[in-house]
Order: sequence, then structure tokens, then C-alpha cells
Amino acid sequence: MGLRRAVLLGAAVVSAGIIAAGAAQAQNEQFIPGLVYRTGAYAPNGIPFADGAADYVAMLNARDGGINGVKLLFEECETGYATDRGVECYERLKGKGPTGAAYFSPLSTGITFALTEKAPGDKIPLLTMGYGRSDSRNGEVFTWNFPLLGTYWTAANVAIQYIAKEQGGFDKLKGKKIALLYHDSPYGKEPIPALEAMSKKYGFEFLPIPVPAPGSEQKSQWLQIRQQRPDYVLLWGWGVMNSAAVTEAGNVNYPRDKMIGVWWSGAEPDVIPAGDKGAGYKALMLQHPAGKAPVYADLEKYVISQGKSLAKPDEIGSVLYNRGLINSMLGTEAIRTAMAKFGNKPMTGEQVRWGFEHLNLTAERIKQLGFEGMIGPLKVTCADHEGARLSRVHQWDGKQWKVISDWFTADDSILDPLVKDVSGKYAAEKKITARDCSKES
Amino acid sequence: MLYREAGQFKASYQADQAIFPVAQDRLVMLALLIVAFLVVPFVTSEYVYRAVLIPTVILSLAAIGLNVLMGYCGQVSLGSGAFMGVGAYAAYNLGVHLPFLNPFVCILLSGFVAAAVGLVFGIPSLRIKGFYLAVATLAAQFFGDWAFLRIKWITNYTPSGSVNAPPLQILGWDLSSPTANYLVSLIFTVVLALGVKNIVRGHIGRQWMAIRDMDIAAEIIGVRPMYAKLTAFAVSSFLIGVAGALWAFVYLGSWEPAAFDINRSFQLMFMVIIGGLGSILGSVLGAIFIIVIPIFLNQALPPLGALVGWRISTATVSHFEAMIFGALIVFFLVVEPHGLARLWSIAKEKLRLWPFPH
Repeated sequence: MGLRRAVLLGAAVVSAGIIAAGAAQAQNEQFIPGLVYRTGAYAPNGIPFADGAADYVAMLNARDGGINGVKLLFEECETGYATDRGVECYERLKGKGPTGAAYFSPLSTGITFALTEKAPGDKIPLLTMGYGRSDSRNGEVFTWNFPLLGTYWTAANVAIQYIAKEQGGFDKLKGKKIALLYHDSPYGKEPIPALEAMSKKYGFEFLPIPVPAPGSEQKSQWLQIRQQRPDYVLLWGWGVMNSAAVTEAGNVNYPRDKMIGVWWSGAEPDVIPAGDKGAGYKALMLQHPAGKAPVYADLEKYVISQGKSLAKPDEIGSVLYNRGLINSMLGTEAIRTAMAKFGNKPMTGEQVRWGFEHLNLTAERIKQLGFEGMIGPLKVTCADHEGARLSRVHQWDGKQWKVISDWFTADDSILDPLVKDVSGKYAAEKKITARDCSKES
Repeated sequence: MLYREAGQFKASYQADQAIFPVAQDRLVMLALLIVAFLVVPFVTSEYVYRAVLIPTVILSLAAIGLNVLMGYCGQVSLGSGAFMGVGAYAAYNLGVHLPFLNPFVCILLSGFVAAAVGLVFGIPSLRIKGFYLAVATLAAQFFGDWAFLRIKWITNYTPSGSVNAPPLQILGWDLSSPTANYLVSLIFTVVLALGVKNIVRGHIGRQWMAIRDMDIAAEIIGVRPMYAKLTAFAVSSFLIGVAGALWAFVYLGSWEPAAFDINRSFQLMFMVIIGGLGSILGSVLGAIFIIVIPIFLNQALPPLGALVGWRISTATVSHFEAMIFGALIVFFLVVEPHGLARLWSIAKEKLRLWPFPH
């Protein structure tokens, strides 16, 4: 009887503790949720991004006390890259904080598709920097999606531009064979419409080769590549698929410098496991390189040297860590833009959406924030939720990434009609009336 | 004292053959239904709806379907995820090609499509049993994975492979709120569970159980194995297909083929095994266990860690969740291999004697 009573008492104390912990909540705080994946097949890439995102917010809190005096509350939720867990995390976190979640950044195209259904109803913007639906750059249909800095059709177009430059002109693309080795998921399939449109326009043969998720088994695909001998292989993978692709390319002796990965296939976890087979591999950049920008001075001072950083020492300065920093920077700048209009208090999701839509990062502001050299100027408008169509190419030399190209701008004459077409179909299917941006402020 | 049948006499065959012959059982069931339909909608937050109630209700329907096949008919099946997918994509295609149909009519009709597919994949069961049948149904699962990804017309030629459900409404009445979603799924589950409970108490159910217990003896006394096994596959796939369509339309809203992969099959199988094979109540209890425990652990572990001053990272919470969940499964199977439903019937038996020891 004594033991049973003790166990029941202990359970009561624990539950009281849990309830009490949940009840405490401050009032002048902005809640920012983080959907992360630190476990599973995509963890090697998910972890540095999550660390960068968390560290930037920690730096803002430590250095500035938040944004305009409003402290930032950052909470992570593990999704494991699974759509249903992502939806569960979204439901759990969307109402937290005095004004609810500021924005969601799922870092997964699959979860983005699911949240695109829910976010408009809950009035919370989705920051899908460099991923998500390519047609969501059309702000007239996708009011709540913000694929800032770049989308997959931009990436596909820049890759083709780079290939054309290497070949000596767009007319030299005729008759060439370009393969797309893609992760067999909505993420991997995104560039296909754009590549098919460009293959019709420029006359190259487009060869899509799917790899079933998670992508660690690629021997048959690379044997097919060895057979077909494409001139270039575009890699659209994530997580373990990337390192497996680079390793297999080495095994079948496909020239690594003819492989161009998308920006999610161009980071250290993708090439380091391949060892010396990775040397020569090229990838697109989501505008920013690896390396330390001026903002690192503050990061080192306020977060890293204080031991508050979540990242391991070799992650700091890596491509994905930088990307996490930029992700949080864009989100917090949107909150700041919203505060300029609505006042220095915690912002609601609707207000943060307004902030995103009126985000205007000039070169001056980027320098002020300490991100000079990382990204170009970004101007989001009602109709254009992408803000910029720039990218560059960097190459792994075995030890680090080196930027090997100038800035490319995506060709809107090809992409605009595609965006209008696909987003129009989505609007018709979901019975959404598109906004008219010429009438909005 | 509380649970005595003394004084309850049945005056008709109909009363004697009721699902709940004991009056106390009927009362408890009625009370549960009243709470589920009339009380829960007023006291639940949106998070509990979306994260706990709606998935539990929909997956318990799928678990009932799998229990019909594995528990009542004894046919091992690892392809339930694919059948859920068949239901989901069938409902989607019906909605796309026949837009005048109400989404809920599409969901019901998709059950029949899934039943037809289940029938086809049930044919190997006429020749092979046990472990080998598990492998054959695993092939059905991988075939489903491949088909949803590669056969373009299933996803209506969308470039991304991800499809959206139509907006849920009946006669112009919008049903997309969490409460409406919950009530709709609950109605589907309760009605179909009642139907299945009556099927398994009837002659078809007895044929299934005969096949499960000793199929050669069953054949000798006149049970046709082909009829019994194929009807089990058909009914099971109907239920799983309707559950899959509900999962896609009501819970996810927008889904890709990965939502119905092998992990979903394993999840359903664990629900059925932990809940209790051959029991409708067991399927529901198993569904509650499998869905609620990970969420509970996810929420309870960080505060517990905080009590002892340990800041647990989300990755560690995830790993702990997997470890504790696995340990609980092993524990339950060791303590009661017949599942939670058996624990419940033992509790009822003890309740008959209570407060006396014997």
C-alpha cells in the first residue's frame, strides 16, 4: 500500500508540475516557432540549419533585447521531415505566445504543401525561403506563402544559364543531354515543368531520373547515367541522397564538375561523406556562400563565446548554418517592418504577413545587418513573393566551397507564364479568387 | 456490486442477441457516445482536435478494418497503408472527375474501389499462409507506393505529385472547422464500427473465425475458404479505404504518396496487435495508445527534464519517445499478449466480483 501511495503521489506532483510549467507566460514577447528535424534521414542537413536559425534569434535577444524592445521566444518542434508530425507541431505551436506564432518555416516542401492549406485559415504566414511551391511566388493567389530569395524554377533556369555559359551560348545547348537526378517527392519534382519548358525552347534533351526516398540507394540510377552519358547531371536531393549521389558519381567515374546540385544539394554534409570523390562537384547557391559574414562578430561575442550556441564548432560558418541565420534574419526583419507600421508590440500573424509583403532589404540595410556579400537586395511586393531572382555557382575543391561564377538572374520571360499558369490552376482547384495587386496599397 | 446481471431477464430472442446484453454495458456505451458527440465539441481546444481526436478516430476505423483481416480471419497483412492510399486517391479522383459528387459520397465510394483492389491482392491468400502471406501483402504495399508515384493519372498529372482535397461541405454547409471534422469522422467510424460488429457476430464472421482457428477443419465442415478469405479482404479493405480517404480529406488536406508508406502499415499493425486481435474495442484502444503516447511523451519529457534541471533538446526528446514507446510495446506484449482488449475484459470480470475477492 505504501509503495502504491507513493507512486500515485509522485504522478500527481509530476502532472501538477507539467500544468504549472504550461501556465506561465510572459506578455511582451514575440513567439517564433521552429519546425526542425534533428533526427531521421534528413538530419545531417536539418541540424546546421536549425542551429543557425536558433542562434540568430538568440543573438538578437542578447545583443538588442529582441526587436524594438519586444523579446523573442523561440521554440523548436521536431518533425523528422514527416508531414503528419509537421502538421501536429504546427497545430501545437500556432497559438503560443501572446499573439500566436509570427511565421512558420517548415524546411520541407511536403510539410509546406500541407501547411499551405491551413495557414490562410489560421492567418499565419509561411516563410519558405528557397523551397516550397515554385508558383507560390505569385502573391495574388498565394497570399500567405513567401518563397523568399529563390524558388526551384529560378534554380532550374539559373542552372541552365550556367551550363549555356560554360558551353559558350544558348545555341550550343541544342542536342545536349541534361539529366535531372531527383528525390522522388514533391520537392524533387518541382523543377520538372520548368526544365521541360526550357528543353523545348533551347533544344536540349531532358532526362528525369527519380530516386525513391530517402535516396541512399542509387546504384541503378547511376548505372543508367553511365549508359546514357548525359552532358550534365542536375542533382535535386536532400539529406543522405546528396552524399550518396556524389559517392556513386565517383564510383561510376562520372565527371563531378559536370554535376550541378540545387542549393539544397550544395552544402558540407553533402560532400564531406564522399571524401575525395566530392572534389569538383558544383552547386547553386541560395545567393549566399559558406564563410563568415560581418554579422559573425556579434554572433561570436553574444552567442558562441557565451556557450549558448546549439551548433558544433565545425558547423559554424558552414553553408546551411548561414542559411539558417538568413532565414531568421528575414523573419525578424519582416517582424521589424510590421512593427514600423503597427507599433512596437508583439505582432499577430496577419501583421507579420504585411511585414513580409513590404519587406525591402536594400544593399544599405543588408550591410547594416552584417550580411554584406551574403545576399543581394530583396524587394517583396504584393504580386512577387520571391523578392529576388539571383543565384551563383560554387564548387567544392575537397576542402571548402569556392564561388566560381558571377550573379545570374533568372529569365522571367520563361518563368512568368509558367507561374501564372500553375498558380491559376491551383486557384481554380481550391476555388480561391486571386487578389488584384494593382488595387492594393 | 455494480456490475451484476442479477435481475436482468431476456424475454425475447432479439433481447438475448443484443450486442450489449448487460444493462450496465449499454449504459456505459450510451454515456460514452453522448460524451463523444455532445460534450467533447464544447470543451476541446483546436489543438486536441487536430493532433489527438481526429487522427485517433480515423485510424481506429482503419485499425478495425485491419482487425477484421488479421484478428478475425487470421490473414497477416502488411499492405494496409497502400489500401488507405487507394481509398484516398480514389476519393480524390472521384472528386476531380465527378465534381458534382459531394466529398463524403466520394469517400464512401472510394471504400468500394479499395475493396475491389483488396480483393485482387487477397487472391494470394488462397494459396499461401502466415509469414508468406505477409510478404505477398508487403508486395502490395510497395506496389501501391510505386503506383501512386509513377502512374500519372492517379494524381491527375500534377507536376509535384502532391494533391489537394476538395473543400468539405454538405449542401452548401461548410464543414472545415475542427469540430465539424471531428464529428464527421466520428459519425463514419461509429456507423461503420456498428456495421462491422454485427458482421463479425453473423455467419460471415463465424466463417472468418473458423478459417482463423483451423482452416482445414473449417473447409471440412463446409466453410468455403475462398469465399471467407476474399470477403475478409474485401470488407477489411473497404474500411481501410474509407479510413484512408478520411485521413486524406479531413486530416491532411494535402498529401503526397509518402503519407501511405510502409510506416503507416506498421503503425496500423501495431495498433491491432497492442489493442488486441479479434476485437473491435481492441482496435480503438490500440489506436488511442499508438497516437496519444508519443504526443504525451513529447510534451511531458521537457517539463520532466526541467524538474531535474536538464534542458532536453528536441532531438533527444524524439529519441526518448522512440525508446520509451518501444519499451512500452514490449512491456504490454509481455504482460498481456492478447492486448489491451483482454486487459479490459479481465477488468470487467473482476468488476463482477468486486468488492469480494472470489
